[in-house]
Order: sequence, then structure tokens, then C-alpha cells
Amino acid sequence: MSAAHPDLAVLQDGPLPIDQGSRVFYWLAACVATTALLTGASLVVGTSSFETSLGWLFAPDAQSAVILWQIRLPRTVGAWSAGALLGLAGAIAQGLFRNPLAEPYLLGTASGAALGVTLCLLGADASIGALAWTAKLGVTGAACIGACAAIALTILLSRGVLQTANLLLSGIVVAFLLSAVTSLLLLAKPDLWRSMQSFLLGSTGFLSWNGAALLGIVLGICVLPSILLSRGLDALSLGEDTAQSLGLSLPMLRLTLLAVLSLATAAAVGQVGIVGFVGLVAPHLVRETITVNHRQLLIGAALCGGALLQAADLVSRWIIHPAELPVGAVTAVVGGIYLVVLLWRRSRHD
Amino acid sequence: MTDRARAFAGRPTAASPTTVRPAALSADGLTLGYGSRTVLQDITFDIQSGTWTAIVGPNGSGKSTLLRALAGLATPRAGTIALRGRPLGQWSRRERARELAWLAQDSGTTNLTAAEVVGLGRFAHSGWLSSRKAEDDAAMRRAMLATGSLPWAARRVTTLSGGERQRVLLARVLAVEAPVLLLDEPTTHLDPPHQQDIARILRDQAHGCGVCVVSAIHDLSLALTADRLIVLGTAGLIGHGTVKEALNGDWLSTAFRTHVDIVELAGVYLWRPALAGATSSSTETP
Repeated sequence: MSAAHPDLAVLQDGPLPIDQGSRVFYWLAACVATTALLTGASLVVGTSSFETSLGWLFAPDAQSAVILWQIRLPRTVGAWSAGALLGLAGAIAQGLFRNPLAEPYLLGTASGAALGVTLCLLGADASIGALAWTAKLGVTGAACIGACAAIALTILLSRGVLQTANLLLSGIVVAFLLSAVTSLLLLAKPDLWRSMQSFLLGSTGFLSWNGAALLGIVLGICVLPSILLSRGLDALSLGEDTAQSLGLSLPMLRLTLLAVLSLATAAAVGQVGIVGFVGLVAPHLVRETITVNHRQLLIGAALCGGALLQAADLVSRWIIHPAELPVGAVTAVVGGIYLVVLLWRRSRHD
Repeated sequence: MTDRARAFAGRPTAASPTTVRPAALSADGLTLGYGSRTVLQDITFDIQSGTWTAIVGPNGSGKSTLLRALAGLATPRAGTIALRGRPLGQWSRRERARELAWLAQDSGTTNLTAAEVVGLGRFAHSGWLSSRKAEDDAAMRRAMLATGSLPWAARRVTTLSGGERQRVLLARVLAVEAPVLLLDEPTTHLDPPHQQDIARILRDQAHGCGVCVVSAIHDLSLALTADRLIVLGTAGLIGHGTVKEALNGDWLSTAFRTHVDIVELAGVYLWRPALAGATSSSTETP
């Protein structure tokens, strides 16, 4: 045996080669590079032709500057932030529930947000006083309140956070219940349906700098505690008993991460509506390609989710140019195909 | 003294002068159960440092329940468990995790590398928020050397074979460097040579490092290589004592409610399976 054998390097002194750090680093760098490329591309894709946009970029006038920097750039930055939040939330949900099929909308957030928005629009319709109120709150605020209320209801129904199975079941019940209420309200007021449509299908078209900034701030708030608690998720991957035997407080970990999950999902849903599959696919994409611990997975899923939603946004603007598809439709198709391929590859391996 | 220094100072070693020390682990009037079922009723025992105790008994006799309770993962219906003379409930979570390492029977699927899994064993020392220090690296290296799992340090645990994975999980437990090790079926699903390796590591920990090792062991011959036995039957505790005492009292036959034939071969006790018709089947109970 020669000392040059890679496995034997660990027998020498020095820090243990604990993970595949450099590979992870290159992977994350590739995500950032993709995001930079997509941001550039998103500036030149829009209602006007590619050549016109390119011309604007190099010889801007007052009107084109507004289109480039006040419409297209905040939209793609906002899409990235929303995707990053969904990717992060998906990775947290999958770690927390120890289930690779968990996703951010699991605990009823999406249905809660939809109900919140419906109620908000209904209120605005009903009276002037309520209109003033809802104008202050905004669709985003209503969606956030709805999402958080749904999670609170889910936790209440499952009587705490200790029983994972109860939590998941309660989430399903709450999601169905709130969707039913939303559907009934929309049936009673059919004209609301049109204003709700872009929200229910998911749309990046309404993102402004305000929205993008809000998403950015929430992303900052969410990333910090998730990274700090990522080793707790590592421990949890060995089982709940093992995690507890290592000195971890399971309720504390669950409650904190559920709060982060709700905040991230509520903010994203409030800004871009119910965009499906990004939160489910982003962590999968990371895990399928590199070996990661949860700290790397959370960062990777956020970067990957951001790039995914940016790409979906770009496709939604370009595919039936000059009209637009709802971005949620694009993510659903692409995400669905990816999951089918994943399943097919898995079954071939077994 | 820092927390960590205290933890190490408190660690019993084979060389430390033995004054009258409380038992590493003791149960007093312990009653355990889950749901509406009472599994073990009013059992009392002391387990000393530097011994390897095997818990044996038929399926459903409460081996796992007992180990989970000893690890503080399940609350007893009645009675107390004391860790080094102090009731388990009085230890803080972190303190307890430094004193008592636990290996689950079935460790979930994880995407971590072997070294990351072993590193989890250091969290009770380094804390959940701070990063790994040189002493953590050293403890991880010792644990992985002891279990022979060092060559796979940077490999994903899911890519390892069953025997390799079990060594990594065992290294995670050893990396805690706790004076008490509790292991639930550490040798199941392993082929006999690997079972023997795990047993050797446990024996080394008990005799070489003065650790109190308690493990549920399914394989009777392997369990009989331990120092002491806790024998559980379907009706509760049959006995706790040395292997000799267990054999003299024929505790195993009582526990399994069938004749358990143990033979001695070159100083080693072996369980001899009854061949059909070779022994009277009158003692068999369904």
C-alpha cells in the first residue's frame, strides 16, 4: 500500500477531510454564475424585440431606462429572491420532516395565503372603510397573515410540534379546509376570480423594487437562523431519538425552523403567488448532484431555487412572446418533468 | 475549569484511583411501558463502570424500551434512573449528552459523510452553534481509528456497506467519549465476523477505557461473551448478574420459555440450536 492512496491521506495528521467541500464550492459558484447570466438575459427579454432591448442597454434613453431598471431588473431580482426563499423553505421542510417529498406548502401556507388574498379583495369590494384598510395591508400583507394563520391552525390541530405524522396530517386537513372556503367565496363572487387568477397561478409580473427589497430582507432574516440550526437538521437526519440523545431540544428546533419556514413561504407567496415545485425540486437538484450536509444544502437550495425561478420567469416571458405565461405554469411543467425523470432514474437503479 | 475540562475530569478511566463511586447507571423500582401496555414492572439494578452488560430476551420483552429509558428518551411510569448517583431528570440536556451516548437500532437515511456523522457525536461538547475545534477533530479521529472507519471519512454514509455503516455509527457514539454507552442491537443485520468486530470494540471500551457499556444483543452466543447479562422475559426481569450466574440459574430458558442449550467450548459459551427431534420438544411452548 502506498501513502499516495487517497483513502490513506486521512491517516496523516491535520484536520479530517470531513466533507466534499471544494466540489460543493464549485457547484455553488456555478449557481451564482447562472444567476448572473439569467439576470443579464432577463434585461433583454421582454415585450419589445431582442435587438431593441440590446440597443436600449447600450444607448439608454429616459423611457428605456425605466423599462430596464424599474421594470425588468426588479422583476428578475424579485423572482430570484422568491425562488431562493422557496428553495430554502423546501430544504428546511424536507430536513424537518425527514421526507424528501416535503415542500414549503405542506402545512397549509398556500391555501391560507389564497384565502387571505380572497378575503382582502372581498373586503375592498364591500366597503370604502375596508378598502382603506386593505390598501394599507396590501395583497402581500393579506397573503402573509393568511399563511401564518394557516400554520398556526395546523400546529393547533396537531396539538404541538412533537408528532411529525400528526403535523403532516393536520397540514393536509387545513389545506383542504381553507381551499374549500376560498372556492366557496369565489363561487359567490365570480368577478373576483379574474383578479385572483394571477395570484393562484403564480406571477412574477407585478414585482417592483419594493417587493424585491421586501423579499431580500426576508431572505436575510431567514437564512441566518437556518444556517445556525443546520447542524440540528444534520442530527435529525439520524432519527429523532438520536438527535435528542445528542443533547438537542427537538421542540425548540422544530418551532424555530417552522417559524422560518412560514415566514419564507408567506413572503414568497405574497409577492409572486402560488408558484409550485420550486421548493420541492431545488433541494432535490442539490442532493442529486453533490454530497452535502444541511448547511450546504440550505445555501445550495436557496441559490438553486433562485436561479430556477429566474429561469422560469425568463421562459414565461419568452415562450409565447410578446404575450406572457403565468410563471407558476412554467415551474409546474418543468418541475413535473424533472420529478418524473428522477423517479424513472431511481426505479432503473433499483 | 471550563465545561469541557470538567467533563473530561469527570470521565472515569481505568487508571483513576477507585474510591467508593456510585454505580455508573442504576435503576430503582423502574416501571416502563407505552400506550396502555406495561412492559417492565418494578425492576431494580446497578451497572458498574468498566463492564460490558448485554441485555437479552425474546422479542417484545422490552430490551429497547429499557435502553430508551436508560438514555432518558422515554419517561418511566414509576421509579427512578440514576446516572452516576444523580437522577437522570436532574442532568441538563447538554450534560447528559456528554455523559451518556446512545446508538439507535435503526438510524435513518442521511446524506452526510462518515466524518460528519461522527462529528455529530461532538455536539454535546462543542455546542450546536460553534464550529469544530482541534480537540473535536482528535476525538473523532480516535473514534474512527478505534472502529476502523477512518478510511471512509469523506464518503457518503449511504454508499457504505452495512458493516461499514455500523462502524461509522459506532464511531459517532464513541466520539462522545462518554462514560456510559447504551447501544440498541448494535450487531443486527451484520455478518458474524462483523458482529465479532463490534463486540471486540465494545469489550475494549469497557475493559480498556473503563466505560460502562450496555447493549441489547440478539445473538445469544455473542451476548454470552459479555461480562454481565440482564435477562428479560415476557413477564419482566428474570435476572441481572454475571454470565456464570445466568447460566447456573438457567435464566435464558426461563426467559425464552423453551430449553436454551448452552455448551462450553474452549472457555467460550455457545448456544446450540436444537435439531428437529434431537431434543425433547415437550418444553416447547408456542
